[in-house]
Amino acid sequence: MEILVCVKRVPDTEENEICLNGAGNDIECEDLVYSVNEWDNYAVEEAIQIVDRVGGSVTVVTVGDEDAEEVLRREMAMGAEKGILATDDAFEGSDGKGLATILKGVAEKGNYDLIMTGAQADDGAAQVGGMLAALMDLPYASLVNLIEVVDDKKLKVGREIEGGNQEMSEIELPCVLSIQTGINEPRYVGIRGIRKVASVEIPAMGAGDLGVDAGAVGAAGAIVKRADYFVPEMGEGAEMIEGSTEEIVEKLVEILKAKGGIK
Amino acid sequence: METLIVGPADFTFLGIPTIIFSFLIPVVGVGCFAYIIANRLAPLIKAAPDNRFNRIPERVFQLIKIWLLQWRQPRYMAAGVLHIMIFFGFLVLSIRSTELVVVGLSDDFMMPGMDGILGSIYGFIKDYAATVVLIACIIAAIRRVKKAEDRFNVPKEFDHSSEAIFVLGLISSLMIAESLYEASHMAAAGHMPAAIFSLVWFETLILSVFPVGLLQAIHILAYYVHDVIFFFFLCFLPMGKHFHVITSFFNVLFMRLDKGNIKPVRYDVSDEQLDDLESFGVKKMEDFTWKHILDFYSCADCGRCSDQCPANLVGRPLSPRFISIKAREKIFENYPLRGEHAESKPLMGDIYSEDEIWSCTTCGACEQECPLGIEYIDKIVDLRRGMVDEGMVPQSLQKPLSALEKRGNAWGKMEKKRADWTKAEGFADTCAVKLLEKGEEADTLYFVDSISSYDDRMQDLARATSLVLAAGGTDFCILGKDEKDSGNEVRRFGEEMLFQTLKDHNIDMILESGVKHIVTADPHAYNAIKNDYHNDQLPSIEHLAQYVDRKVKSGEITLKPVEDSSRVYTYHDPCYLGRHNSVYDAPRDAMDAIPGLRRVEMAKCRDRSLCCSGGGLMLFYEPEEEERMGVVRVQMAAEAGANVIVTACPFCLVNIEDAIKVAKMDDTMEAIDFSELIARHLEG
Amino acid sequence: MAQIFAYISYKDGVADDAALELATVAKKIDAGADVNAIVVGSGVDAVCNEMAASYKEVWKIDKDTVAYPNAEIIRGMLVNALPKDAIVLMAHDTFSMDLGPGLSIKMDSPYVPDVVGIDGVDGSTLKTVRQEFGGQVSTHVNCDIASGAVITVRPGSFEADESKSAGGSVVDKTADAGDVSVKRTFLEVVEAEAGDVDITKSDVLVSIGRGIEEEENIEVAQELADAMGAVVSCSRPIVDAKWLEKSRQVGTSGQTVKPNVYMAMGISGSFQHLGGIKGGFIIAVNKNPKAPIFQVADIGVVADILEVMPALTEKIQEG
Repeated sequence: MEILVCVKRVPDTEENEICLNGAGNDIECEDLVYSVNEWDNYAVEEAIQIVDRVGGSVTVVTVGDEDAEEVLRREMAMGAEKGILATDDAFEGSDGKGLATILKGVAEKGNYDLIMTGAQADDGAAQVGGMLAALMDLPYASLVNLIEVVDDKKLKVGREIEGGNQEMSEIELPCVLSIQTGINEPRYVGIRGIRKVASVEIPAMGAGDLGVDAGAVGAAGAIVKRADYFVPEMGEGAEMIEGSTEEIVEKLVEILKAKGGIK
Repeated sequence: METLIVGPADFTFLGIPTIIFSFLIPVVGVGCFAYIIANRLAPLIKAAPDNRFNRIPERVFQLIKIWLLQWRQPRYMAAGVLHIMIFFGFLVLSIRSTELVVVGLSDDFMMPGMDGILGSIYGFIKDYAATVVLIACIIAAIRRVKKAEDRFNVPKEFDHSSEAIFVLGLISSLMIAESLYEASHMAAAGHMPAAIFSLVWFETLILSVFPVGLLQAIHILAYYVHDVIFFFFLCFLPMGKHFHVITSFFNVLFMRLDKGNIKPVRYDVSDEQLDDLESFGVKKMEDFTWKHILDFYSCADCGRCSDQCPANLVGRPLSPRFISIKAREKIFENYPLRGEHAESKPLMGDIYSEDEIWSCTTCGACEQECPLGIEYIDKIVDLRRGMVDEGMVPQSLQKPLSALEKRGNAWGKMEKKRADWTKAEGFADTCAVKLLEKGEEADTLYFVDSISSYDDRMQDLARATSLVLAAGGTDFCILGKDEKDSGNEVRRFGEEMLFQTLKDHNIDMILESGVKHIVTADPHAYNAIKNDYHNDQLPSIEHLAQYVDRKVKSGEITLKPVEDSSRVYTYHDPCYLGRHNSVYDAPRDAMDAIPGLRRVEMAKCRDRSLCCSGGGLMLFYEPEEEERMGVVRVQMAAEAGANVIVTACPFCLVNIEDAIKVAKMDDTMEAIDFSELIARHLEG
Repeated sequence: MAQIFAYISYKDGVADDAALELATVAKKIDAGADVNAIVVGSGVDAVCNEMAASYKEVWKIDKDTVAYPNAEIIRGMLVNALPKDAIVLMAHDTFSMDLGPGLSIKMDSPYVPDVVGIDGVDGSTLKTVRQEFGGQVSTHVNCDIASGAVITVRPGSFEADESKSAGGSVVDKTADAGDVSVKRTFLEVVEAEAGDVDITKSDVLVSIGRGIEEEENIEVAQELADAMGAVVSCSRPIVDAKWLEKSRQVGTSGQTVKPNVYMAMGISGSFQHLGGIKGGFIIAVNKNPKAPIFQVADIGVVADILEVMPALTEKIQEG
């Protein structure tokens, strides 16, 4: 099975405190560290496991500048065979639809049976997978937490839905799936793994290479625009209790008694 | 000596001269033995290189101490004494047994130099030796059958008790056969052996009433029973745990000489060439070094390692002895005495499980105990290197490893906040800590390391350490954001390339700082810089305990009387200060320098100290276990009558403070760090 | 201004709580507009009638093929039935995450998911508020809604419009929706394994998150719960770590709970978690003063739960 996995380089929220810059219109980038979006990492692991079972190869693609190459290398160190960097000045400032349009260009350059994305990203809107599927007229399932290969034309997939339940469906190939965390246990990639693939050529593809109309993507083509960032007011609802542990506990007991929290 | 009976060289049985057997048995025996040993050597030859032919004088010293003088045996008194009896008996009797083999060919043969008084003295000694060995064997067999020690209780598939008893039987038979051979000869000649009340003396006493014909039969029969058992035993040794009878000499000769360090990925590849390696660590059997395979052969299955292993104690899926035994059985299976050598398969999932290998805290208790000098930490680390290379890392460890890669600490805290502990209210105005990142200079570097830099509670240790250094009149500074994790556990968890990166960075920063001395209060940092960084230009390093001990003895630091004389203190030896670096007395002496401080020792202390649960990345790993090591340790402190546990390691403090809560002993037990204890008792 | 449609999800013949919140959102987009609802499913008359009180027109698409809401089929039906420039409002949930992105492409309109606030309309530009990085920062997101839009709204972010004064009518649009054939077939729903405790039945929950740090500390929370007569629930990371069973998880991918008192101990408060709390008095204890949970909690304490919980337990036991 030929699988394309779309990945994204994002600020690592585990290892960052997200602050705004002086102007308040963007996040402060100076002290950020980046990594591959957690959901995407599960998608790549799943793709590799599928290929281990039924054969084929995994290609990873990302849209971004040269810095984005590092996440491709990390995923290639996991076991993805090929990487594609979709990069073009015209891509900058793309909204979800713009990104889906670029990825459609990438997907159509290859002959993929399965396209995967992460279900969401910390700085995203959980939209690219569904848009890509619709643009390509392929069937789609989101929040996938189980994949079984039925045959070379069909998959059985599970979606994570409310209440911890799992919605099982059959989906025809080729299709697009967005992957939920917890579907597998992604393997570890260390510095050594990345160095091993450091010299593998990663083709960079621009709007022209991909047959993407530069006007339809990037800031120019964006119909949904982020105007600014701001820090939401803290504790607007909560009445904050301060003091020593002793004092806090005393007040909490009072409140709990009043609210029927102690039986 | 006038005799009425003839020896095996001259005897004929049904017209056949028995000398034929005297010739055939050794030839077949030695032939089989050579064939078996050649087979056993095959995996050693295929194995990875090791560096063990250096530092010969030190090796000979170890050989004399640990092998010949059986230095570690009495740590388990009963078993140890029995082993020493059998061991020395064997050494003494090996001369006689060899002599006997030749006597079968030539009746008058004597080992060179044995024909005079020396021979008589030897004969006298060996008669007692045989007696002692026989007695020891009988006691040992009884202990085995009655499972006298917990160590003997192992899962059925690993139970080698029957083999042990069989071998004790063989040894006993050798003793009896040899003595009967001699006794029949004595009885026929009408003499009594000089060794009164020895085995042969009793036998002679009994045999003296036997007719000569019977004595002749016993004489010949005893000889060939001895001859057959002797060569059978020789060939049987390499089949199992008694291989150590042969390999122990070499295993101890080639045992590790240094403590605290970790072997390089490969001995024939420098750190700079690591990138070129196709594969990392141990994935299949032959990836082990030849010495490590020799270790597997040498394991006597005595179980002392596992008896001391804290992981085994709390029910984690690790027992060091089985690391050896499972490997040995696999080697025997892959290198059969007959037929083709099998293709080597990945060890993980075959004989070892991932959890088993991650369960080790690298505390070193097993290696400290092994009477044969078998090592485990390097093997565990090599297996982990292999797992890391294959991406087999538990999710719980992936986040801290990635944080270490990106931020230089396992908690993922920002670099620029590494020195924030110096700004604490009430501290900053009394003790100004110099920051190298701000261009300040000093003679001494205080290497803080990650946990004391970032963890709210452990920052107290950093501040206490600073106060102590200031009191000692030391002009010191810290690296601040230029310091990265020492990488002690990064290396021990198998992430060698990440360790190399951290190491290179820290070395650069330390050398750039121009300091002449390093002090740290974190034994893990101390160990990494001292034993793993391998850089000749690095300045000397001291742990705070050594620093305080030195300053107290020189009078530069004086300590005031103990705050609360009702408290009873006990010192918990951190593995990376104690076992791995042999610093046992400095912290104790420094504590005892506090007037009025009452100190007791726990049942397990010094080189038998019980690991707290492991530091560094081990804090993040979620092992399967029935109980926490820390809890066992805290209970041990209570049993010793202590109500304050003093550690000299931030990780020990984390684990022990936690354990006190888990054990619900908050009211009766307290844990503090050595740095805090000293800081509280600084004069003035 | 384009027509606004609220997509109504329902369960067991009753509309979701968010159904009336969407009416509020619609009013914020265009105070004067007549807002319609659309209900897709099989045997949905009850839901349609219920919604007629709050929406001007309730468009009904009633077909066996969507007895289970297969997003792929419903997408096709909506594209067939809705006007090209419709503004579609939906609750942000696992269904709309499946449907929304593709629907926006097929309707050729902007997609703005998981909206927590509406900052008004400037001409045809809609200004919305969204959150990123797990609620650490908010952002204003703008889009032109002249030719329609697909907007999903975080449940609980807006007051429900309880006025029920629309006096609307139900219009059957099943024929317009047409027959849609898709390449994804629904098979079944595998129910989460039931645990030993039903957290949805408890009036008081002691809910733990990452702040619990270690598996052993769960006992500390259990002791507090025992003292209070409460039940221990948790956030997703605790279940992911397999420290508690899935049935104890509160959140959109876990259980929805309606306790009287909810003690959020060391829970940062991701919206997926908050989505599982429907009402109740929330007391939050967290080390991080910036934790989003403090925005929704009634009482907040910045402290280490491992210190507060044992002290609280002791205090309660004292009486």
